[in-house]
Amino acid sequence: MEIFEYAPAPESRSIVSIRPSYDLFIDGEFVEAKSDERIVTVNPADEEPLAEVAAAGDADVERAFAAARRAFERVWSPLPGAERGKYLFRIARVIQERARELAVLESLDNGKPIKETRDIDLPLVAAHFFYYAGWADKLSHAGLAGTRPLGVAAQVIPWNFPLLMLAWKVAPALATGNTVVLKPAETTPLTALAFAEICQEADLPPGVVNIVTGAGDTGRAVVSHPDADKVAFTGSTEVGRQIARTVAGTGKRLTLELGGKGANIVYDDAAIDQAVEGIVSGIFFNQGHVCCAGSRLLVQESIAQELLARLRARIERLRLGDPLDKNTDLGAINSAAQLARIRELAAAGEAEGATGWSPACPLPERGYWFPPTVFTGVTQAHRIAREEIFGPVLSVLTFRTPEEAVAKANNTPYGLSAGVWTEKGSLMLWTASRLRAGVVWSNTFNVFDPASPFGGYKESGYGREGGLHGLEAYLDV
Amino acid sequence: MAEASPRIGVRRTYKLYVGGAFPRSESGRSYPVTSPAGVHLANAALASRKDVRDAVVTARRAFPGWSGRTAYNRGQILYRIAEMMEGRRDQFAAEVAAAEGAGRGKAQALVSAAVDRWVYYAGWADKLGQVLGGANPVSGPYFNLSEPEPTGVVGVLAPTGSSLLGLVSVLAPVITSGNTAVLVASERAPLPAVTLAEALATSDLPAGVANILTGRVAELAPPLAGHADVNALDLAGAGALAAELEELAATTLKRVLRPGRDDWNAADPGLARIRPFLEIKTVWHPMGR
Repeated sequence: MEIFEYAPAPESRSIVSIRPSYDLFIDGEFVEAKSDERIVTVNPADEEPLAEVAAAGDADVERAFAAARRAFERVWSPLPGAERGKYLFRIARVIQERARELAVLESLDNGKPIKETRDIDLPLVAAHFFYYAGWADKLSHAGLAGTRPLGVAAQVIPWNFPLLMLAWKVAPALATGNTVVLKPAETTPLTALAFAEICQEADLPPGVVNIVTGAGDTGRAVVSHPDADKVAFTGSTEVGRQIARTVAGTGKRLTLELGGKGANIVYDDAAIDQAVEGIVSGIFFNQGHVCCAGSRLLVQESIAQELLARLRARIERLRLGDPLDKNTDLGAINSAAQLARIRELAAAGEAEGATGWSPACPLPERGYWFPPTVFTGVTQAHRIAREEIFGPVLSVLTFRTPEEAVAKANNTPYGLSAGVWTEKGSLMLWTASRLRAGVVWSNTFNVFDPASPFGGYKESGYGREGGLHGLEAYLDV
Repeated sequence: MAEASPRIGVRRTYKLYVGGAFPRSESGRSYPVTSPAGVHLANAALASRKDVRDAVVTARRAFPGWSGRTAYNRGQILYRIAEMMEGRRDQFAAEVAAAEGAGRGKAQALVSAAVDRWVYYAGWADKLGQVLGGANPVSGPYFNLSEPEPTGVVGVLAPTGSSLLGLVSVLAPVITSGNTAVLVASERAPLPAVTLAEALATSDLPAGVANILTGRVAELAPPLAGHADVNALDLAGAGALAAELEELAATTLKRVLRPGRDDWNAADPGLARIRPFLEIKTVWHPMGR
């Protein structure tokens, strides 16, 4: 059937002004790094450099912790909760006011579609600050009477939802009276630096939020700093293990949000078209750069053929390309390194005997791109069924009974998310209660809310972010 | 008529408690247990690394059944443990007195507190869901519910100094929520733990929910901390080993409760020893027509 082509509908970049070079944000000011090392952050959609940022060294990290400690002791922890909350409300408002600018900046630096940064990331960022702002003076009503802030929190965040992960870390830490030293990801530092400007705009007291850009070495310096009372990390399970080892014996509090290999279970009575939409958003949302992605589709054998046919037809309609185009469904892969990782695992899928399929999908010549891909004939032993790919690659397995579905879903060291698709309420609740995962989406997938706790079982990490439960991570409960 | 000879007492053999049975250590070893004053009390089984692994297997096997019971049922079983202990008060008091060098009155008080602790944690079983879970007011047409669930198999190093009250104070909060446990008893004073196992065995507690090992903490704790099928650790009795064990636990990202300044006599221990061994699961479901 003939369909209308879409005309290009790019969001304007002119709303954003990116400086050629950024310093570190310490003690309320942008300060030149003592380290000479610099990092260039590029637009993954065309590989053009966007800006240069400092790679903070040990001396810079030291300065940041000194500022955070001073702010904790003199200003922030003595401040009444209601006043702390008002700063967070202010920040939420500025984020709302500058939402479009931040959305464009995020799409440029990360490669994700503007449709997502505009409609999902930024509204959730503002909502997260708004939500925790209100908790600041109500901790005694949360079953947390008599608890105290931990002190200075060392926070390291990933590149997949740069500003949203910052919000998940900073908002609850500040609401509970802690100060922070935060390191954004090496490939996506720009929205964190824009957030630093927002802290200035909100007149947040100097030192309450400190942002040190850099790569792995800077991250190690931040999480191993002796003056950190709390370490919070979101990222890979491998790095999470290293951090847990580093923290062992120090008495520092630790929360970890790590990898996943989420199972998305579709029973034979599911509403098929809705399930197809859910499978697509489960694995192709944010190019599959999602720790809670539904990367393993478990479909009941009796409907597998029909479901896969409809899924392929739907995937053929996905639009991959310019992240700033308002019609784009799939943007760029965030970095060359991540693209190599996705390619390696997809090649392993073929080599181990699974069958890969992608729609006819021209990829832009410049930039980092990977087409939406579905593997069938996958067994539980295949690497693509066991390892987190963190890309737009779906592994399909089948099952016959609910018991088999649950056993396969739980057959992983991870335990972050899972999905269940059925029209039968009792089967949904039976399944949800047996899944060893921190978030279970039933007849939906990849929805988030500041009031809803998020976090994993087993090797997906520990602690929760979001909701009332997210407060505990920053108090001496 | 010949004079009756004095009756020779029947002594007890102190064994391990694994999978609801009382085996000796597979290693065939035992070690002498003495009172603080150095009086020989008995020989206790000297468990091995293999015993640790066997205990983890049985704890894992027991987990689906125990966590799948209703919270009400778990609470009743914990209360039943209190009943069984109450019936053996004199035996416990004598053993605590011998193990800790406590006077008769002190030992009686410790036993009373230990029995009461089971009653306390029995009551928690069906309160956790409401205290730690509930509906979340998300900004969209979804029903969103968080609830606490047990984390799985928990390795517990019982406190060294408090042979019965400390032991109960670490075991009860772990199992009340549905976890299963592999517990290493106080190395110096393990006999009350073995007697507790005998009470557990007659309390309708399913086999494998609580497994109790006696032996050298330095030998048993590292394989427990490094075991890939253990989800969490309570390091109450880890002493100087705590940092090393925490590092081993990092390999599989176990939840770790670090040793603290615990007051085992606290009347209301609260959630401090329950919460570390829970996961919060959040379920979303759309609302619509």
